[in-house]
Amino acid sequence: MTLLALDDLAVDLRGRAIFAGVSARIEAGEFVGLIGPNGAGKTTLMRAALGLVAARGHSSLLDHRAVDRARHAAWMPQARDIAWPVSVEALVALGRVPHLPTGRRLSAEDQAHVDAALAAMGLEGMRHRTATRLSGGEQARVLIARALAQDTPLLMADEPIAGLDPAHQIATMQVFAGLARDGRAVIASLHDLGLAARHCTRLLLLGEGGIVADGPPGDVLTPDNLARVFHVNAWFADTPHGPVFQPLEVIE
Amino acid sequence: MIRVFAALAILCAALFIAALLVGPAQIGAIEGLRALILGGEGPAPLVMQEIRLPRALLAVMIGLSLGLSGAAMQGYLRNPLAEPGLIGVSGSAALGAVVAIHTGFSAAWAYGLPLSALAGALAGVALVIALAGPRGSSLTLILAGIAISAMAAALTSLVLNLSSNPFAANEIVFWMMGSLADRSMMHVGLALPLMVVGWAMLLPLGRGLDALTLGEDAAASMGVRLTRMRLVLVVGTACVVGAATAVAGAIGFVGLVVPHILRPLVGARPSRLLWASALGGAVMVLAADLAVRLILPERDLKLGVLTALVGAPLFLHLIYKTRRELP
Repeated sequence: MTLLALDDLAVDLRGRAIFAGVSARIEAGEFVGLIGPNGAGKTTLMRAALGLVAARGHSSLLDHRAVDRARHAAWMPQARDIAWPVSVEALVALGRVPHLPTGRRLSAEDQAHVDAALAAMGLEGMRHRTATRLSGGEQARVLIARALAQDTPLLMADEPIAGLDPAHQIATMQVFAGLARDGRAVIASLHDLGLAARHCTRLLLLGEGGIVADGPPGDVLTPDNLARVFHVNAWFADTPHGPVFQPLEVIE
Repeated sequence: MIRVFAALAILCAALFIAALLVGPAQIGAIEGLRALILGGEGPAPLVMQEIRLPRALLAVMIGLSLGLSGAAMQGYLRNPLAEPGLIGVSGSAALGAVVAIHTGFSAAWAYGLPLSALAGALAGVALVIALAGPRGSSLTLILAGIAISAMAAALTSLVLNLSSNPFAANEIVFWMMGSLADRSMMHVGLALPLMVVGWAMLLPLGRGLDALTLGEDAAASMGVRLTRMRLVLVVGTACVVGAATAVAGAIGFVGLVVPHILRPLVGARPSRLLWASALGGAVMVLAADLAVRLILPERDLKLGVLTALVGAPLFLHLIYKTRRELP
């Protein structure tokens, strides 16, 4: 089932073309890593797909009304905004807002989603702590849990694992891969190409004002693409431990 | 949580009754309440029904309005320093009132001053909305509010400056301090409909304000329509603060301090803070209006002066506490 269809999407910001001609279909069961150098438009592409920035072309999410869209796609922005010193549990429960009629309290089912999201990110022990007093990496995990609690078929996350320690980076990638295996879809922008190569089912390489490559990690992370878009060379091999990718040097 | 709301409601009810029983006319508690409810002949029913009841009602209505709009404004701007006057409503309402006093319009017609203040508030908020633009960010709203406030303050000073009548100037200065003395049921009837409209607009914002805890982008992706929310917030605040300023003058610090004090008690959730802050605002204004009657009964201490005198040190204390918590 197609959970997101982008047709010829293009965004100009302040008269400068960010990208153009982006078309892609994200199917249920896919964990898509959105990769590309700084300024390639990864964030803008996801925001345009969600209708948060004006774009030409078409995104299937915009066929829904805003309220229904929130039940179809969850969005975790890159900015780790937590405005008030609320408890971790209350923050994660905000993910249930799109499912609750105005003024209604959390039902047992909502609470179950909140508990599951806390468990998935290993936050049960922090449930009652104040979210604003956590470390940056812990806050990131709380915000991922918030997006998980929204329980949508499609999850979009902007650099979700930036600032996390290695164990939590891997655990988070496994949570996302698990969602995909359960028939959902995840799109995450990533800078760690090693983790992207190991966990994503598909990579979208953004650069040069559009999509440069789209496919399984092995087909996207070719020496030619890496040199052209990232200006690096890398070591990439299928090992007994799974695919291992390590960037090596900058190409002048 | 229930305990916080219950405590605030009980406090509010107790202060409301106390506000009915305190005043220069020596009326016993039982006698006063009987006169209030049953009416009858003589001075007691007149004092209770025409002087103390409107004053207590206005204190509750204005406190509710300031506390509620303060919590909504802080929630929307995600800033504990925001207050309802930030969008220039109270400043432009004051300008409207000052013009009415200066021109003698207020002396000619009982409704002259409050209606003129309301017109000022509406004009001010219409300008703010036009300046900030329909899709602008919260930053443009703040900047537009500051510009309109400054403009209104300058024009108010100009009116004072050019006022050739020292009595009018005196009246303007005292009016701007904010007071509930000598208000009648006419003022209640004038402010209440607008305030009810404003309350009905502001109270349902809780869910959107909760979502805004995560930032504008995340809130928008959760189905919150930010443009509509901002318009509802500004118009709702204009209704309640415009009406409050029109009947009582400028009463500062309530909308700033009350949400700040109550935030930790409701787990910092913006939706809960709306209700708690509304009750807390009523408590604060009732208490302050009781205090001005008890501290200097013969000198007509102004309510706005007292709220600022109490509010500012309270606020300093809060800043000090916040400073200690920061690294």
